[in-house]
Amino acid sequence: MITFTLNGRVVETDAPATVRLLDLIRDEFKLIGTKEGCGEGECGACSVFVNGLLQNSCLIPIGSIAGANIQTIEGILETESFKLLDESYSAAGAVQCGYCIPGMIMASAALLSKNPHPSKIEIREGISGNLCRCTGYNMIVDAIHLAAKKGDGLWQKK
Amino acid sequence: MSLKDISTSVPKKDHKGKVSGQLPYISDETVENMVYGVLYRSPIAYGKILSIQLPNFPEGYEAVGAEDIPGPNYVKIIKEDQPIFANEWVNYIGEPIFMLVGKDLDVLHRLVDEIKVEFEEHQAIYTLDEAIEQKSTSACLASYEFGEDKEIISSIEQGAYQIIEEEYNTGYQEHVYLEPQGMLAIYQDDEIVVKGSMQCLYYIKNALLNALACGDEEVRVVQSPTGGGFGGKEEFPSLMACHVAVAAKAVKKSVMLVFDRSEDMVVTTKRHPAKLKYRTALDREGNILSMCVDIYLEGGANAGLSSVVLQRALINSAGVYKIPHFHAKGYVLKTNTVPNGAFRGFGAPQSFAGMESHIGHLSKLAKMDPLEYKRKYLVQQGDPTITKGKFHDPILMKEMIEDLLYTSDYKKRKREFQHFNQHNHRYKKGIGTSLFLHGCGFTGSGERDHIKATVKLNKSKDDKVSLKISNSDMGQGILTTLCKIVAKELDLPYEEILFPYPDTKEVPDSGPTVASRTTMIVGKLLERAAKKLKTQWQTGVEQEVIENYVHRQMIPWDEKTFTGDAYPAYSWGVNIVEVEVDTLTGNVRLEKVYANYEVGKVIDHMVMKGQIDGGLAQGLAYGYLEKMTSKQGKIQQKSISDYGPPTSLDIVPIQSKVFDNPYADGPYGAKGAGELTLIGGAPAIQAAIEDALQTSFWQIPITPEVIIESLWKKEGDES
Repeated sequence: MITFTLNGRVVETDAPATVRLLDLIRDEFKLIGTKEGCGEGECGACSVFVNGLLQNSCLIPIGSIAGANIQTIEGILETESFKLLDESYSAAGAVQCGYCIPGMIMASAALLSKNPHPSKIEIREGISGNLCRCTGYNMIVDAIHLAAKKGDGLWQKK
Repeated sequence: MSLKDISTSVPKKDHKGKVSGQLPYISDETVENMVYGVLYRSPIAYGKILSIQLPNFPEGYEAVGAEDIPGPNYVKIIKEDQPIFANEWVNYIGEPIFMLVGKDLDVLHRLVDEIKVEFEEHQAIYTLDEAIEQKSTSACLASYEFGEDKEIISSIEQGAYQIIEEEYNTGYQEHVYLEPQGMLAIYQDDEIVVKGSMQCLYYIKNALLNALACGDEEVRVVQSPTGGGFGGKEEFPSLMACHVAVAAKAVKKSVMLVFDRSEDMVVTTKRHPAKLKYRTALDREGNILSMCVDIYLEGGANAGLSSVVLQRALINSAGVYKIPHFHAKGYVLKTNTVPNGAFRGFGAPQSFAGMESHIGHLSKLAKMDPLEYKRKYLVQQGDPTITKGKFHDPILMKEMIEDLLYTSDYKKRKREFQHFNQHNHRYKKGIGTSLFLHGCGFTGSGERDHIKATVKLNKSKDDKVSLKISNSDMGQGILTTLCKIVAKELDLPYEEILFPYPDTKEVPDSGPTVASRTTMIVGKLLERAAKKLKTQWQTGVEQEVIENYVHRQMIPWDEKTFTGDAYPAYSWGVNIVEVEVDTLTGNVRLEKVYANYEVGKVIDHMVMKGQIDGGLAQGLAYGYLEKMTSKQGKIQQKSISDYGPPTSLDIVPIQSKVFDNPYADGPYGAKGAGELTLIGGAPAIQAAIEDALQTSFWQIPITPEVIIESLWKKEGDES
């Protein structure tokens, strides 16, 4: 039995320790916002926060998360930061097929909470672990830049 | 939101569901009584199946194969050469032979490993070069020839100052849509519903009617939100749909088949590797007197859509130029490798890469700036096409080039780079251009004779209007753009127009989501339908209007002689790219990208920018980053990082502009835009690398290895 916190709630699972965190989130807890794009930690579509740090959930065996605090995209939907990112991504037209987007949002939130006023190159570095095949990234960079500008003060609070 | 100007951007219809991750893609779905499928695939490239030994299956696990197919064993598309499950011969590594179905994926994978098949191996053809060598004996999947009489060309060549021959090679390109392929067959007693990630609902439906040998009412195809397509979800999903539907029928359960990334990379269709041969006669000043182009496409093991890809490659073989005495021929050759297929641009990217490279090299012989040389041959309105069609509509290329030269400060940058390169030993800077077009819609009379698109608008009692069409939004934004067209025509708020994910039970066949046809052709039909609905509008009454495709008057296309208007309209583009090359490592750094396009009329500025940036990223990467190879019939790159699509650090901001040039047969004047944006990337970056290194290349991708080898060779030649 592994106990951990998932989106603010303490949960337990009987799944074997070698199960990937990605599968546990999706199959057992039915949280579909975390996507599988590659299964090898290369694309970032499965990004989650583990104790506040951005991680690829496809690379994490659940045996290593006992007692950890896991946050998926579903866990941040009600936050001010998400609402701001949502608006900024919309305003910048940053979403096309959408499959990379929940992971991008997680990466954006991780970047802005560490660095509330990133330069464009810092934004590019911040999302370089998240692949997008539709947009060529520029509109996503613009979206994050916009969120940083609009969210002045919001990100530092975290 | 009321739309004053159609081009003004609006929030995308699917934004909320996608940004929150709560819009379900196919792998997010589960249905009752669902089992998974895992395919057993051929481990050899070419041979005969001699015997099959299946393991003992635990309860609830079964194998499904050729004998379970109610209809004929092929995937209906053009030729009947692609088996659903191979049962006599296998023609490539990865060809499906069985599908095992059952509850647990781990158990399925273990069982697949226990299957034993004995083969009689035959000598396979692994490469395009081998196929060309053996052309007389190996299968030619398609060929076409057209243009100037060869005898005339021969006499021109005899009087020419010199004849230049070049051979150009392009590699595979893999789509890397972020969502891997996935398909679900939902089993019901009287109906199989196939749901998944797809571009072409009726391609799948027709393939299923054939494979299941069933009536129209017994099968239904529904599109799930589709995580990128780029052509990769054009014809390939038909094969998967046949797998899950046949299996669902056989085991009477719902069957889900989802690929992981490595399976997706190894077994799905890719852009055709190509060899392009140019033979050009020049006069003393370097003017072109005649040109012959031969194109060879590596088809892979099945014909698939390769013949149509070859047609587009050939039709584009002269680029945007009016070349005197032009002749072209092309072949698709069969190889024992994974079948190649549709990919954004559909044969045109290979042709433009080759032609822009060749004409760039000719400009060096003529001692002219490449862009000056290219401009001498630029087609103009009224000029004939190489297929004896005509460029009917105004062409804005001259203005677009002038504008981009100004924006990029091309001449000054050239001088600055010359200076920079003289003073820097290790780093070299270069600037390159590409000029290109894309024919919108199906080739020739395809829209009229094969597709025959029909669209429907439904109005409910509460006056809500819904689009009923079979086209897929795969991220390109048609949920938004097509609703805008209907909203504006009906003078209704855009938010009130509905476009549910298409289901063949509800929607007529408005054609596949391919060939840069959706906005121009389906959009125009919707515009007409909306106009009709407006005149017939009765508040509070359920209403339905239908519109059918009307063919534009043009020079009739004849596929046999390869003559006539190949496309109803063309979209156009100019790219300028600046790079810095590290001559020590061979690494290329993209520095600036400028792009002008003409797509008739933009339906949504932001959607268009998304197409420009995403298309260019893919096109540029095709030229220098993305490398996929096959060895003894086996794809060597099984993961995303082995292959190397661009990350956010590879791409730079793209300065782009779109010119208005409304086209009468497009909605609000719009033409196609989706494929165009990819085409100029590779040739522009090649030209920029050549400019930086003052050398020539005859292939893409120009990887660091290719650069270093070229530099060594140049050093050797100079010393």
